[in-house]
Amino acid sequence: MSEAEIKSLEAIFEQRIAQDQKIEPKDWMPEKYRKTHIRQMSQHAHSEIIGMLPEGNWITRAPSLRRKVALLAKVQDEAGHGLYLYSACETLGISRNELYDQLHSGKAKYSSIFNYPTITWADIGAIGWLVDGAAIINQVPLCNTSYGPYARAMVRVCKEESFHQRQGYEIMLTLCRGTEEQKAMAQDALNRWWWPSLMMLGPTDDESVHTEQSMKWKLKRKTNDELRQQFIDQTVPQADILGITVPDKELKFNEERGSYDFGPIDWEEFWQVVKGNGPCNKQRINARVSAWDNGEWVRDAAVAYAQKQEDKKMATAS
Amino acid sequence: MIQNKDLIQYILGISDNAMILGQRLGELCGHGPNLETDIALTNISLDLFGQTRSYLQYAAKLKDDGSTEDDMAYLRKEHEYKNVLLVEQPNTDFAYVIVRQFLFDVYHLLFLEQLSESKDQQLSAIATKSIKEVKYHVRFSGDWVKRLGDGTKESHNRIQAAIDILYPYTNEFFEASEVEKLAMSSEIGVNVQDLKTEYLKLVTQLLTEATLTFPEQVYFLSGGKQGKHTEYMGFILADFQYMQRTYPNMSW
Repeated sequence: MSEAEIKSLEAIFEQRIAQDQKIEPKDWMPEKYRKTHIRQMSQHAHSEIIGMLPEGNWITRAPSLRRKVALLAKVQDEAGHGLYLYSACETLGISRNELYDQLHSGKAKYSSIFNYPTITWADIGAIGWLVDGAAIINQVPLCNTSYGPYARAMVRVCKEESFHQRQGYEIMLTLCRGTEEQKAMAQDALNRWWWPSLMMLGPTDDESVHTEQSMKWKLKRKTNDELRQQFIDQTVPQADILGITVPDKELKFNEERGSYDFGPIDWEEFWQVVKGNGPCNKQRINARVSAWDNGEWVRDAAVAYAQKQEDKKMATAS
Repeated sequence: MIQNKDLIQYILGISDNAMILGQRLGELCGHGPNLETDIALTNISLDLFGQTRSYLQYAAKLKDDGSTEDDMAYLRKEHEYKNVLLVEQPNTDFAYVIVRQFLFDVYHLLFLEQLSESKDQQLSAIATKSIKEVKYHVRFSGDWVKRLGDGTKESHNRIQAAIDILYPYTNEFFEASEVEKLAMSSEIGVNVQDLKTEYLKLVTQLLTEATLTFPEQVYFLSGGKQGKHTEYMGFILADFQYMQRTYPNMSW
């Protein structure tokens, strides 16, 4: 294809996006668009799969049958999200095995928040309330993103995430209306999850390398700092209802802006966790790698069995 | 007529099988050989806990002293749990998980089909609802027995090893406890002895298709129905009861 032809295709492509038309797997797309989408969608899928681990950590110890069933269902939903995000990603011409390799080798990233440990039951509430809350803020705009399979996957993901968020908040509410010990457990969880949740919305705008391009392709509608402010403004009143304190001495409602001012985020901690030095980075990846390695003989058996069945069918047919 | 306290014991025997197996499957969440089996095993765990809740809500109602499903589930001593030994066996590898599941599922379905005809309307209703779920469990575990049995040499050897270890726990299904006999004579409970022939037929059929065999000389192990468990049980309960024991009398 000549350079002029590519230019013209690009112009049509950009115009379609500007007109809010969806790009579908068989449509022509610039290589950079394809690569950016593989990166973001696989990162999202990996986050769902890694995210199963800190919550899965509490399935056997859930404090009541009702909570156990809800947690099982939630972690199962996350596996489901991973499954259809991987499938959506595969429409861009990459296999699930390649995507797993990228995760296992450390080449692909996932949401850093899942590198923090879940050490009490209240962490399950805090994850639902804060982590899923921040995820929804990140993800709702993606329901209208330009790449069709991603946008459609996100519609379903967001519905389930908002259910999880309410469920998490309800766990926190129950703890805060319970005994002093339970309330202390909820406060401790908020103390540990607050700052990492703010970091989930991504580096500050001046540090964010992908924002401009992503805005153009509707992978993003608002900047990281705008999303973070939205999250804080939405979450602080919820903490007030719970009667627990957000661990930020500088947090104060600014009448003029109609928003909360907040203290500085420890970005050094954020980048250390991104680089692999968080409290659970190694355990999370090891858990995935060993599940995959230990499962190899199982997957091989399934392939061998399917082949034998196929051979039998052929033999009977001939 | 069977007395309430015996009926409660009878129900606990049924629900403990579902609950302890559900608990074992819950340990696997996020660690399966691929996403699809991870989702399926979690789904089975969910079904089993759902059934557990139905049974225990009924048992708590019969107890009529303000007890809840959670009191019934969590606040017993080890010897008061009446599940069969098979369901507490560990997740040694995927072959063990599948064999344990399959050996239980086939029994479970036969059992529920009979229980759905119980004179006790509540038990009959729970059984009828559960049958739909357990039919899927049998299909899932049976399909995997075939894949592993007739897959590769390694998978064949692994699943055969799991069968050799787990098969000795199956006869306990058919050894009626005192309370099972009582429930049976009141036309509420299932005659478990009667299920054995059909069970062996179904399991043998599928194992043969999967190129697998039962171990030749078997000394059967049992005791769970009497509350005499394996060494694994204490650890299962340590996890399971952790919150309720550490923070007693609280709502969650």
